[in-house]
Amino acid sequence: MDQSVITPTDAAGSLRHVRADFPILSQKVHGKDLVFLDSAASAQKPRQVIDCMADTMRTQYANIHRGLYWMSERTTEAYEAVRDQVARFLGAAAREEIVFTRNSTEAINLVAHSYGGLLKPGQVVLVSEMEHHANLVPWQMLRDRGGIELRITPITDDGALDMEALEANLADGRVALVAITHMSNVLGTITDARAIIDMAHAAGAKVLLDGSQLAVHRRVNVQELGADFYVVTGHKLYGPTGIGVLWARRELLEAMPPFLGGGDMISTVSFERSTWANVPHKFEAGTPAIIETIGLGAALAYIESIGFDAIGAHEDALTAYALEALGNVNGLKVIGTAPQRGGVISFIMKDVHPHDIATLLDRNGIAVRAGHHCAEPLMRRLGVTATARASFGIYTTPEEIDFLAATLEQIRGFFV
Amino acid sequence: MAQDDLYRTVVLERARAPQHAGALPAATLNGQGSNPLCGDRVQLHAVLDGQGRIEAIRHETRGCAICAASADLMAGRVTGQDRAHVGRLHAELVEAVETGTAPAGLGELAAFAPLHQHRSRRRCALLPWSALIDMLNDDKDR
Ligand SMILES: Cc1ncc(COP(=O)(O)O)c(C=O)c1O
Repeated sequence: MDQSVITPTDAAGSLRHVRADFPILSQKVHGKDLVFLDSAASAQKPRQVIDCMADTMRTQYANIHRGLYWMSERTTEAYEAVRDQVARFLGAAAREEIVFTRNSTEAINLVAHSYGGLLKPGQVVLVSEMEHHANLVPWQMLRDRGGIELRITPITDDGALDMEALEANLADGRVALVAITHMSNVLGTITDARAIIDMAHAAGAKVLLDGSQLAVHRRVNVQELGADFYVVTGHKLYGPTGIGVLWARRELLEAMPPFLGGGDMISTVSFERSTWANVPHKFEAGTPAIIETIGLGAALAYIESIGFDAIGAHEDALTAYALEALGNVNGLKVIGTAPQRGGVISFIMKDVHPHDIATLLDRNGIAVRAGHHCAEPLMRRLGVTATARASFGIYTTPEEIDFLAATLEQIRGFFV
Repeated sequence: MAQDDLYRTVVLERARAPQHAGALPAATLNGQGSNPLCGDRVQLHAVLDGQGRIEAIRHETRGCAICAASADLMAGRVTGQDRAHVGRLHAELVEAVETGTAPAGLGELAAFAPLHQHRSRRRCALLPWSALIDMLNDDKDR
């Protein structure tokens, strides 16, 4: 074979070597090899993360920020070093712009509460039709609490954001915040964040991007994007659960009132009144997820050791490979065909309910998600009650896609 | 892939070609159940006789094969039975899907026993039954 020719299959299998880092991938399910195609819900963890967290608990653990002793100071250093790491990972201007939360959901709720509290009745928060419930429900709650209008920007039939509708929705100048996904967890669509931000800023609106999915697959640079708020969640980034990140411009964080009250977020406390700590600590009440934050640091280091060039090339090739393989399965229809997309593929099959698909795949060791994917309004827009969804991680191989497609073909044979 | 023990012929056949599906214009009892998680929905229509036994029952089911087959097998099984008997069958079905072993006498409904390995799918099989029990209880309360 000519060594200089890299076939799409080679690229789709190019990260095969990382599989050895993920102990869970050697597990069996119903006696079959695990084929894990649900990374968009939560990714598996490499031993680098597992070991780091276990080592922290074994050798270097104490509460942070308050202890005056060696062990606490070392743990504080390890924890705060992750803030620097996240700031670099997202291209933030300063470490103070990084607020640790439990997950993306909490990060968005923080913005809805604290930034939302600064909005005036009559101002508008604008979301899209393809938001995860995490980027919809907090804004509905703000609307009901604060007299804010919630505006929905539609998607086109192929699952892209309707940019003309977005422009029209911004036209009256009342939109204070555009909160939109950077990559859909249902359709795989990658939104044109730069164009959205330019349009929103021209209309005087700030922009929050829900990067829960995108940050796993592409390099993010919040300054280059010109965003105002960005959220990510650790467990999708090959890190642990219980740790997420809100990035926001420093001046926004400084203007915003705190979210939760308690220890760590104060400067001084008396019975009459309290004053707040500086950002970001103002937004981090109580003992944080120390071990998980340190674990997130290990996950980001792991991702960076592979690099987004390799991750992106693998994912693009694998997604193209999968779209073709699934497209050849009889009766199967992919939902979401936007030109810019990542490795999240929703599909339905004629005469077979998505839940039956998921259960029958599971009997063969293949884990996919089926249901509404926490995006019920989007399901309604698409005219389906549920879809099945296969989503890819760095460890996914073209052979797994082949097995998925072949098994789907067999499942279809059961039903027709 | 071998014929799967959960998706046995009886489940697939009843899902594909139900024997008790459709409307029942003479129905005096109507009920429904739904599972918002997956959008499954079962509508039930029934007529009771003077002794409170189910004289006729039909279902209209939109959902997965497990739910559709369960509704259809249920309709066949409960015709001629009263509320107490329905309650007993339901309890036996619950036992089957929770333990994986079907009590003797469950008959074709034993097809759902493999659901004990699929916790998230148990409610698909149980949805028609809870809709039926709700419907019969509502009738009794009236
Ligand atoms: C696009 C998107 N936004 C938000 C979330 C919420 O993430 P978490 O549950 O970690 O807060 C998810 C995860 O499912 C997601 O896919």
